[in-house]
Amino acid sequence: MIQGKVIKYGDNIDTDVIIPARYLNTSDPAELAKHCMEDLDKSFAARVQPGDIIAAGRNFGCGSSREHAPIALKASGISLVIAETFARIFYRNAINIGLPILECPEASRAVADGDQVRVDLNTGRIENLTSGSIYQAEAFPDFMQDIIGSGGLIDYVRGRMGQR
Amino acid sequence: MGMTMTQKILAAHSGQDRVEPGQLIMADLDLVLGNDITTPVAIREFEKINTKTVFDKRRVAIVPDHFTPNKDIKSAEQCRLIRNFAHHHEIENYFEIGRMGIEHALIPEKGLAVPGDVIIGADSHTCTYGALGAFSTGVGSTDMAAGMASGQCWFKVPEAIRFNLNGKLQPWVSGKDVILHIIGQIGVDGALYKSMEFGGAGLAALTMDDRFTMANMAIEAGAKNGIFEVDDKTLAYVKEHSTREYKVYKADEDAGYVRVVNINLSDIRPTVAFPHLPDNTRTIDEVGEITIDQVVIGSCTNGRIQDLRAAARVLKGKKVHSKVRTIIFPATQKIYLQAMREGLLEIFVEAGAAVSTPTCGPCLGGHMGVLGKGERAVATTNRNFVGRMGHPESEVYLASPAVAAASAVTGRISSPEEVVK
Repeated sequence: MIQGKVIKYGDNIDTDVIIPARYLNTSDPAELAKHCMEDLDKSFAARVQPGDIIAAGRNFGCGSSREHAPIALKASGISLVIAETFARIFYRNAINIGLPILECPEASRAVADGDQVRVDLNTGRIENLTSGSIYQAEAFPDFMQDIIGSGGLIDYVRGRMGQR
Repeated sequence: MGMTMTQKILAAHSGQDRVEPGQLIMADLDLVLGNDITTPVAIREFEKINTKTVFDKRRVAIVPDHFTPNKDIKSAEQCRLIRNFAHHHEIENYFEIGRMGIEHALIPEKGLAVPGDVIIGADSHTCTYGALGAFSTGVGSTDMAAGMASGQCWFKVPEAIRFNLNGKLQPWVSGKDVILHIIGQIGVDGALYKSMEFGGAGLAALTMDDRFTMANMAIEAGAKNGIFEVDDKTLAYVKEHSTREYKVYKADEDAGYVRVVNINLSDIRPTVAFPHLPDNTRTIDEVGEITIDQVVIGSCTNGRIQDLRAAARVLKGKKVHSKVRTIIFPATQKIYLQAMREGLLEIFVEAGAAVSTPTCGPCLGGHMGVLGKGERAVATTNRNFVGRMGHPESEVYLASPAVAAASAVTGRISSPEEVVK
């Protein structure tokens, strides 16, 4: 169960604003977190609290394949990203590194900045504790749940290669 | 119902007779690619897997192209890490400075991508090789690590949008204008999770360089891959560059598409994407008066020989506007040499443009042409997001090499028709 305060953004949040390329001369998560979202929202690094949840619109994480983007969000303390849709490379990367994500257009549109939200990742149930509304995100396919359950792609692959 | 090109390639690489859109598969990989930004993270993940070495040292490619030649000490350390990894694992396709190029121009040139391949790269523009009739897609570093270890990658078989091309491009119109036109039409998430399949009678009029540019920007419409029907031009390109065996896949007549878009190439005008999304497009006739500070011609999108020839046709005997900096980046060493032999570099330098060694640097605001506050650039690159080329208050306008070169001369976004009489 995840609970946190919502930080709300719009459509097409690209990986260049999640972590600008000028900081990609390192892959240290703590260093990346210092600059997360700074070109879009200078207040982000100062106001984000461990457990906070990002809610955004369509095509979250579009653009570059940089895994530094979900790494920076995770290292900032973000516990979950809810969006109407995700760009596909970001979607893979988030699953592969263990940053929880959910696609739920209704919740993405309805929740407001600052709302307290509680989410059950196993069932996809999203509860807005501030407004009292409840939403249902689609569950991940079994295959992806296996990856998530293994602790990310690397542990999943290590398990598979061990069986050969 | 029949299968699309992408379905057929994915079926063949996952040991199945057919696969359906939405199906999750594990596919065998022909090539796994990374660069100096993404490979360090991949190495960190690779080393967590209990495996001695990569699945096939001939089928991994590593290209230090982003912050190279090393822009600072941290970048030098990242390059040192990947260089050591490449040497330790005897990666055959590691390309050092002086022999390299921007990865998505270099890989086809080196014959490492051929029709029918399945390729992943830890760089979003890996979709470029779809121009050759391969299934090729961008992934993250962890997928690269898993791919290097196992030679496999999981995919969800995508639905497809079919683009039927007809007609013939007008003078000064290129593949860049076609793909910007398409992205403007369908939007930056218009092909989200989907395959963009290009074919039709108009294909014959597009050069390979046009097709590379178009496949390259499929990601800018959210697509998983862009893929072109294979024709005589494709096969001539492959025979010139590769000794690898290839397999041509053709979509079935009754393949299922979620959408069919007809594009009349004859109707397309030079097209510009305004800040801050690639789908914010206008034709050159609609741009109005936009003065500029910098022009960048190059990148994995538009740094090929045809692009440099188009820029040279505009710049020949002209001068870059006194208030504009123009930087031109041939995408590979081979293209650089070709441009030198054809006299293109001389035209650029005489016009007052800087010519650089291959690098991705300016495209992503890394180095070699970073923008300051409030500055505007016309770039032949692929993204115009907030802060993409530098200061968060700078602006990037995406255009073809011909439009970029014309704008360099006039100091405002201009049509080549205005500059070359």
